[in-house]
Order: sequence, then structure tokens, then C-alpha cells
Amino acid sequence: MSFLSPHTPLALAPPPAALLRRSFLKFTGLGFAGVALAAAGCRINKDEETDSVEVGKHDLAILNYAYALEQLEGAYYEKVVAGFYTGATEMEKDLLTDIRNDEIAHREWFRQVLVLKKVPKLEFDFSSINFTDRRSVLTTARTFEDLGVSAYNGAGQLLALSPFLNHAGKIVSVEARHAATIRNLLAFGSFADSDVVDANGLDVVRTPPQVMALADKYFVTKVKVDELPTH
Amino acid sequence: MNLTNLFDEIARVDPEVYDRVDARRGVINRFARVGSRLAAAAVPVALGGLFNKAYGQKLPTDVLEVLNFALTLEHLESRFYQTAVGTPGLLPAKDKINVIRDHEMKHVKFLQQAITSAGGTPVAEGKYDFTGKGTFPNVFSDYKQFLQVAQAFEDTGVGAYKGQASALKSSNAILTYALQVHSVEARHAAHIRFIRMVNGYAKVKPWIVGDDNTKGTPTERIYQRESDHRQVLINIEGIGGYNVGDAATSSFDEPLHKDEVLAIIKPFLA
Repeated sequence: MSFLSPHTPLALAPPPAALLRRSFLKFTGLGFAGVALAAAGCRINKDEETDSVEVGKHDLAILNYAYALEQLEGAYYEKVVAGFYTGATEMEKDLLTDIRNDEIAHREWFRQVLVLKKVPKLEFDFSSINFTDRRSVLTTARTFEDLGVSAYNGAGQLLALSPFLNHAGKIVSVEARHAATIRNLLAFGSFADSDVVDANGLDVVRTPPQVMALADKYFVTKVKVDELPTH
Repeated sequence: MNLTNLFDEIARVDPEVYDRVDARRGVINRFARVGSRLAAAAVPVALGGLFNKAYGQKLPTDVLEVLNFALTLEHLESRFYQTAVGTPGLLPAKDKINVIRDHEMKHVKFLQQAITSAGGTPVAEGKYDFTGKGTFPNVFSDYKQFLQVAQAFEDTGVGAYKGQASALKSSNAILTYALQVHSVEARHAAHIRFIRMVNGYAKVKPWIVGDDNTKGTPTERIYQRESDHRQVLINIEGIGGYNVGDAATSSFDEPLHKDEVLAIIKPFLA
């Protein structure tokens, strides 16, 4: 079941790069049969009747779960930047544009890493947000960023393979930087308030079902995480 | 990005990895059941004690080493902020540096308790020279210089925890704890950077853009990998046809390895 062909972008990469990337791809569903992860099973099922997707099991599923969340954040900030709220300062525009670009980078990176074994492009419902209102936009951004941090913090232990864990780690601290920044824009000094950092000085952790329950109202295409490892 | 490491890790994939994951899950299940009924103050003790129970012995030595390495850093940060908060006239109250101090002190306490209850010996606090052997002579009299050192410590902390994540894979509870500290350190880093940005003290953003023009400066080693715009050889510049600008490097924070971290903090040890 090798999907590698001269038409994949791989052929354009220099040999050492191609070799490395191919090794990574083995674990992202595109490689040949017999590899533990592929054999462990990851399927992306789209149910047309209920308009929902299942992300499947194991590491690929966790990555798809992250990809779904990055799609949410990316789509949100694309809309924010396409028409800034009333009274946005130059600094705010600059920071929000940076954040949008980070989220696009994350989303597109997952899209490329996951190659064929990925959830489709998802649709979102942002009708509860007033995009002309600063408070509405920034409080939603705060929710998404804090949620993203808690999601990655909860997903780390569910990932079996180090390279995935390492890259999730590279992303989560950027999400935490976003969260602190948005919080400071809303109320300077609230970068790590006690609603997100507990009595032991620890950030929030959420399981995939807890995250999806909170994000559910924004997803038109529902993402089912029932089969994800829960511990 | 350390390509060699990544390649090694992928090449050496352990076919029994899922067996070990399942074994770990038994442990974390027990912790989840116990942990949910405990007050916050009892969590580090339970965390350490759990491992005695699960393995019938001390925590694996490498995990204890990581915890003590983390404690070494937290001691440094904790003393740094305690000193600053105790220095009259240094910190504007509105900047809430005391919030960061409180977190670092809690991290120290948490780690000490967890290490002790897991049967290990927590490293003692060191003696520090926060001028970095004279590189930052006014660290506790010039707020700008204080912030410069604070940013260096926070960004180092973020990279250090990130660099230890895969070493903690054998114990889910401790990995998750490390991740929870890691993102708090990133919030701190962003806040310190935010203060420097809005006051025009330095040309920085809350996130790390390239090496933040630190080449040739005392903090350059902290940002030695941050100019990399490839992640697993996928070029982030122009990814998917999008011009993401500075996000080519800012969208991914890079890890620091233990020896690198120790070299970075060495000038601050008396």
C-alpha cells in the first residue's frame, strides 16, 4: 500500500531530506504496510448523514485531533484579520496578524504531515461572535488559546512516539505565548491568572472529550474523539 | 531542529511501544482515580508515592534526574524573582512580576515534594550571581536589564522543559506535570516580552522571531535553533501557498538540551 510516487512532493526534495521525510511519513500513514503505527489502525471515517468525522485511534488520531483544533483557530483568526474590530490599535492588528500566521503555519504543517490520513477541511460556525466588537473577539481568542494549551497538555501523554511529542511541545508553548498575549490585551497582567494556573503553579490539562465538549458549538462538521485513548 | 536526533528516534522505533504505553496507562489510571480526590497540596506527594507503588521501587533514575534538573532551574528562577520583588523601587507593581515569583516558588515546592516522595533527594538551592559574571551589572537596579535577564531565564526554561519531554515518556503523570509547567513558563516568557515590547525597551514580540537578533550577544545560545524554518523538513515559509511572514520561525519554539541549558545558566552560578 505504498502511496509514494514520483508525483509526491518527496521527489523534489534532496536525497537526505527525502529519506528523513519518508521515515516520518511511515508514521503518518503514507508509508508501507507492516509499520507499527499504520498497523495499529487509524481510520478517518466521514459520516455524511450526521456530518461528522471520526479521528480514529493512536498517534495519528491525536495528530488529527490537533489538526482539527488548528483548523478552528486558523479559520477564526483569518476572519478576525479579514476585518478588524472597531478601534483596533496598530499594535493589536500586528499581534493578531502574527497569531493568525502562526495558526495557519500549524494548520498547514499538520495538513502536510498527515498527508492522506487526515480529517477533511472542516467548517465552522462563528455566528455567536460579534467580529466588530473588541471584547467579543478577544474573549473568544482567549478561550481558544487557553483551550489549545490545555488540549496539547492533555495530548502529550497520549502520544506514543517521541517525534510527535517533541513537535507537539514546540507548538504548545507558542499557543501559551498567544494565550498570555491575548490575556494581556484584555486585561494587562492577566497572562497567567488563577483561572488557568492552579495552586501548584500548573497550567490546565484537558482530555480530548473535555476539549471537544467546549469547542463543539463552533464545529459545523463534528469531530468525534470517542476512540482516542483516554489515558 | 535537531535532525539527527529526530532521525535516530524514528529509526529506532521500538516495536513494543504499545505494550509499554498500556503498562503506563495502568499507572496513570490509578493516579487519575486518586488524584481527583486530593487537595492540590497533596498532589505532588501522591505523584511521587504512586511510583513507589506502581513499580515497587524508586522512580527510574533518569526520570528523577530530569526532575532534579528541572528543580535546578526552578531554584534559579525562584531566587531571581524573590530577590527582585525584595528590591525596593525595581518593579512597577502593575507589571505583576510577583505573579511569576509565586509560580516559580510553587514549582520549587512541588518538585521537592514529588522527588522526596518518590524516594529521591531534591537538589539544594545553589548560590547565584545574577549579573552573569558582570554581563548584567545592573540587573537589580535597572528594570530594563532585569527584564532582559528575566526573558533569558524564561525562554531557557521553555526550551529546557521541551527538551526533556521525551525523556519523561516512561511516566505519563510526570510528563503531564512537566507540560503543565512548560506552558506556564511560556506564559511568563510572553509576559516579560510583552512588557519590553509595549515600553519600547527592546525590539521583541511575545513570541520568538528567528534568533531575535541575538547573534553575537550574551543570550545568543538560547536562540540557537530558532531561525530554523523547517519542521520535519517541511518548509514553513510559504507553506500551503500562504505567506506567513515571521511565523515561518515563530510558529514553533525549539528545544534546548540539558548540556546547552547548563552552559546557558553557568555564568549565573556563583
